[in-house]
Amino acid sequence: MAQSLMLSLRGLTRRFGGLTAVDAIDLDLAKGELVSIIGPNGAGKTTLFNLVTGLDRPDDGTVHFEGQDVTGLSPERLAAEGIARTFQLGRVFGNLSVMDNVLIGAHTRLRAVKPAVPVIGPLLELGLALLRPASVKAEEERLREEVKAILARFGERLLPRIDQPAYSLSYANRRRVEIARALALKPRLLLLDEPTAGMNPTETAEMQGLVAELKAEGLTILLIEHKLEMVMRLSDRVIVMDEGKKIAEGPGEQVRGDPKVIEAYLGHGLATERESAA
Amino acid sequence: MSSWLDYTINGLIVGNVYALVAVGLALIFGVSRLINFAQGSIYLVGAYIGWVAVVQLHTPLPLTIIVVAVAAAIVGLIIERFGLRPLQNSVRIAPLLATIGISFVLDQLVMLTFSPNPRALPSQLPDVRFQLGGGTIGPLDLLIAGVGLTSALLLFVFLRYSKLGWAVRAASQDRDAAMQMGVDVNRVNQAVFGIAAALGGVSGMLVGMYYNQIDTAMSLQATLKGVVAEVVGGAGNVPGAVIGSLLLGLVESYGVAVFGTSYRNLFAFLLLVVVLVLRPNGLFASARQAPPEPLTGTFIAPSRPVRIPRWALAVAAGGFAVLPLFPVSFYVLQTLINAWLLGMLALSLTLVAGTIGQVSLGHAALLAIGAYTSALLSLTFSVPAGLAIIGGGLMSAALGTALISPSFRLRGHYVSIATLAIGEIVSLVILNWEGVTRGPIGISGIPPLSLFGYDLISPTSIYWFSFAVMVVLALLQGRLLTSHLGRSFRAIRDDDVAARAYGLSLNRYKSLAFIFGGFAAGVSGGIAAHLYSYINHETFNTQQSILALTVVILGGLGNVVGAIVGSVALVGLPEVFRIAAEYRILIYGIVLLLLVRFRPQGLLGTI
Ligand SMILES: Nc1ncnc2c1ncn2[C@@H]1O[C@H](COP(=O)(O)OP(=O)(O)OP(=O)(O)O)[C@@H](O)[C@H]1O
Ligand SMILES: [Mg+2]
Repeated sequence: MAQSLMLSLRGLTRRFGGLTAVDAIDLDLAKGELVSIIGPNGAGKTTLFNLVTGLDRPDDGTVHFEGQDVTGLSPERLAAEGIARTFQLGRVFGNLSVMDNVLIGAHTRLRAVKPAVPVIGPLLELGLALLRPASVKAEEERLREEVKAILARFGERLLPRIDQPAYSLSYANRRRVEIARALALKPRLLLLDEPTAGMNPTETAEMQGLVAELKAEGLTILLIEHKLEMVMRLSDRVIVMDEGKKIAEGPGEQVRGDPKVIEAYLGHGLATERESAA
Repeated sequence: MSSWLDYTINGLIVGNVYALVAVGLALIFGVSRLINFAQGSIYLVGAYIGWVAVVQLHTPLPLTIIVVAVAAAIVGLIIERFGLRPLQNSVRIAPLLATIGISFVLDQLVMLTFSPNPRALPSQLPDVRFQLGGGTIGPLDLLIAGVGLTSALLLFVFLRYSKLGWAVRAASQDRDAAMQMGVDVNRVNQAVFGIAAALGGVSGMLVGMYYNQIDTAMSLQATLKGVVAEVVGGAGNVPGAVIGSLLLGLVESYGVAVFGTSYRNLFAFLLLVVVLVLRPNGLFASARQAPPEPLTGTFIAPSRPVRIPRWALAVAAGGFAVLPLFPVSFYVLQTLINAWLLGMLALSLTLVAGTIGQVSLGHAALLAIGAYTSALLSLTFSVPAGLAIIGGGLMSAALGTALISPSFRLRGHYVSIATLAIGEIVSLVILNWEGVTRGPIGISGIPPLSLFGYDLISPTSIYWFSFAVMVVLALLQGRLLTSHLGRSFRAIRDDDVAARAYGLSLNRYKSLAFIFGGFAAGVSGGIAAHLYSYINHETFNTQQSILALTVVILGGLGNVVGAIVGSVALVGLPEVFRIAAEYRILIYGIVLLLLVRFRPQGLLGTI
C-alpha cells in the first residue's frame, strides 16, 4: 500500500441473509482528500461505514488504514487509531451534558488517568479516578478547554448550552454535538453519515461551511450525503453506490451526468415514492 | 440400562413441561422483544387454580385443564392490558421492570391467599405404570406428553391458518412493517399474552400433579427454566423453544442421574450461561444475525436530577450521626441499621443498574459472597471482623466481576437473565460446596463486629459503624461519578454502540463498575454476617435483590443520594405504618409498578 493512502478498501463485502448490502467495494482515500459517497436509500452506504469503523465485520475483503491491515478490528481499537464517525440517525448520549458528550470524544486521548499498564491498568484507572492527583486534574482541565474551543466553532449554538443534557437539545444541535464529539478525538480520518439530514437550508449552509473548513485544515473525510449541491461543492471525488455495488466514481460533474447514476436514482426514486404512498 | 431409559423419559416429560412455558415466552419475545419475567407467576397461578378446581370443586380432569387455561389466560390479558400496554412508548427498561414487578405482586398475592406452605395436588389419574422397553411410563407422563403435543398442534394451526395467527407472525418478523400494513399490534399482543398465559398456567398445574406438590417457590424456578429453554432455542423462535426445552429436560435428567438431585438447577443455569456466552442468539440461529434488540432508543428515562445543596446533605448526615445521642428506642436504631445495610447494597446496584445500565437481578449474590468470605475469614483464620469485612468486599468485587464478565457482551434483558442465573448459581454452589460453606447447615457462631480490638455490641456502636461505612462508600461513589469514569459509565448506558465507536471498551468499564459495586455490596454482606452471627444459603435471596432494585428505581437510577433516601423510605415507612411483614413484598412490587408507570425517573431523578 502506498504510504500517502489514508484508507484503502479491497473487495469489501457484507451480506445479510440473501441480501448483499455491500458488494465487493474498492476504495482508496488519500491523505487530506474529501470523498463523498452517494446513492439511493438502502444502497449500503451506512453499512460500508460500519465495516470501516469496526461496528460490523465484513464477510470478505480488507480494510487498510494508513497502510496497516485493520480488517475486523474492534471499534475501540479503530477509534484509538484515529478513526471517528458520526451516525446517520444521531447517537448522542442523551443524559450526558454537551460537555460530557464531547469529552467522551476525547476518551482515546486520556493518558494521565489511563496509564498504559497491562493487567492492572484498569485498577490503576479506578484508583486515579478516585484520588485525582494533579496530573489527572490538569489533563481533565486541558481537555475541557479544548472542548470549549471545539464548541466555539459552532458559534453560539452550543456554548450557551454546554451544561444541558443532550436530550434537551434541538435536532440540529444534537447533530452538531456529534460532530464536536468526533472532532474531540482529533481524528485522522473522519466519517460523516449525512451530517445535514433534517437540517434547514441555513443550518445546512453552516454545516457545509464547517466541513469545508475541516477539509482546508487537512482532515481526511469520507462523507455520505444526499444533498447533491453540497456534495458537488465539497468533494474531490464522488463515489456512487447502488444495491451494494460501486456504479460510478470520479469528479462530481462527471458522475452527475453518468447515465447509470441517473438510472439508479430514477428507478429507486420511483420505487420509494410508490412505497411512501402505500 | 433400564434406568437410563427412565431418565430419558423423565427428561422428555419435564422438557415437555418447560416447553409449555418457553413457547409462551418465545411468542411474547417474538412480537414485543420482551422477556416476560412474570411467566413463572402465571404458571404458579395456574397450579393454584388447578388446586382449587381439583381439591375444592372436584372438577374432572378435562374440565380442570380448561378452567386453568381460561383463568390463566385472563390473568395474562390483564397483565397485557394494565401492566404493559400503557408502557408501549416508554423507555426500554420500563417493560422489563414492569414484568418483574408484576411477578412479585402475583407471587405475593398467591402466597397471601394460600399461605406459603406446600400443598398436595392430586393428579386424578390412576396410579399405574406401564412397561415400556426397559423403562416404565405412567398415565400422567402420557397426559403431559399429550397436552404438549396437542398445544403444539393447536398453536401451529393457529399461527399458520388463522388471520390473527398470520398477524402474530408478521409482527414478530418486522413489527414496524406489520403495523404499516394495518396489523393491530394491541390485538396481537393480547393474543400472545393470552396464549402464553394459558400454556403457562396448564404447565404449572401439570407440574404440580407430577410432583404432587405445589408451593410459591415454583414461580421463580419456572421463569428461569422457561427462559433458559427459550434462550437456548433462540429468543423469539417458537420451534427452537420446544427443542431447547426438551434439551434442557434431558440435560437436567442425565445430570441428576450422574450427580444427584441437588445439582438439577445448577445444570440448567450453566447451560444458560454457556449458551449466552457462546451463542447469544440461540443454538439454531446463525451466529451473525442482526442484534436481538433495536440499536437505537434510550434505555432509561431522561430526566434532570433534583439538585440537593451540599449543606443540606451535610446537615442530614450530621443529624443521623448524632441521633443515638438522643433518647431514641432500640427499635428505631435497629430499623436504621437495616436501612444503612440496604443502602450499601442499593449504592452498589444503583451504580451497576443505573449508572452503567446493567439491570442486575442477582445482586443478593454479592451480599452472600461478602458475607461468607467475611464469616469464614474471621472463623477459620481469626481475622478481626473489621478486616474480614474488607476481605468480603474485595472477594465480592473480584468474584462477582469474574462471574458476570462472560455476559458483558449482552444487552438489556439478557443481562438481567444472566445475573438472575448467576445469582442462583452462587446460592446453589453455597448449598452444595459443603467442604467450604458447610452446605445447608450454614455458618453459625460468627464473631460480632469489632474495630481495633473493641467489640461493637451495643446498638449505638453498630449504628455508628454501619452509618459511617455507608457514608464513606457514598462519598467515594459520588467522587467516582464526577470523574471521567462516571461519564464513561453513563455513556455506555446511554448508547453502547456510540461509546465503543469512541474507544470505550465495554469489558473494561463494566468490570470497573462491578468491581466498585461488588465491593460495596460485599461489605454490606460482611457486616450483616457479623451482625446476624448466623448465615446460610437462603439468608441473601432474590427478594433482597428485588427490594434493592425497587430502592434504586425509587431513588432514581444512578442517584447516590436517591439510593440512601430510597433505602430509608422502604425500610422505614413499613415500620412507621406497622405493615405486617408478609405484605411488605407485595407493597414493594406495587411501588415498583407505580414508579415505572408514573415516575420512571424516581424521586430524585436519573443521573
Ligand atoms: N443489521 C442488518 N441486518 C439486516 N439487513 C441490514 C442490516 N443493516 C442494513 N441492512 C440492509 O442493508 C441494506 C443497506 O443498508 P444501509 O443502511 O447501508 O443503506 P444506506 O445506503 O445507508 O441507505 P440510507 O440512504 O437510507 O441511509 C438495506 O437493504 C438494509 O435493509
Ligand atoms: Mg445510511
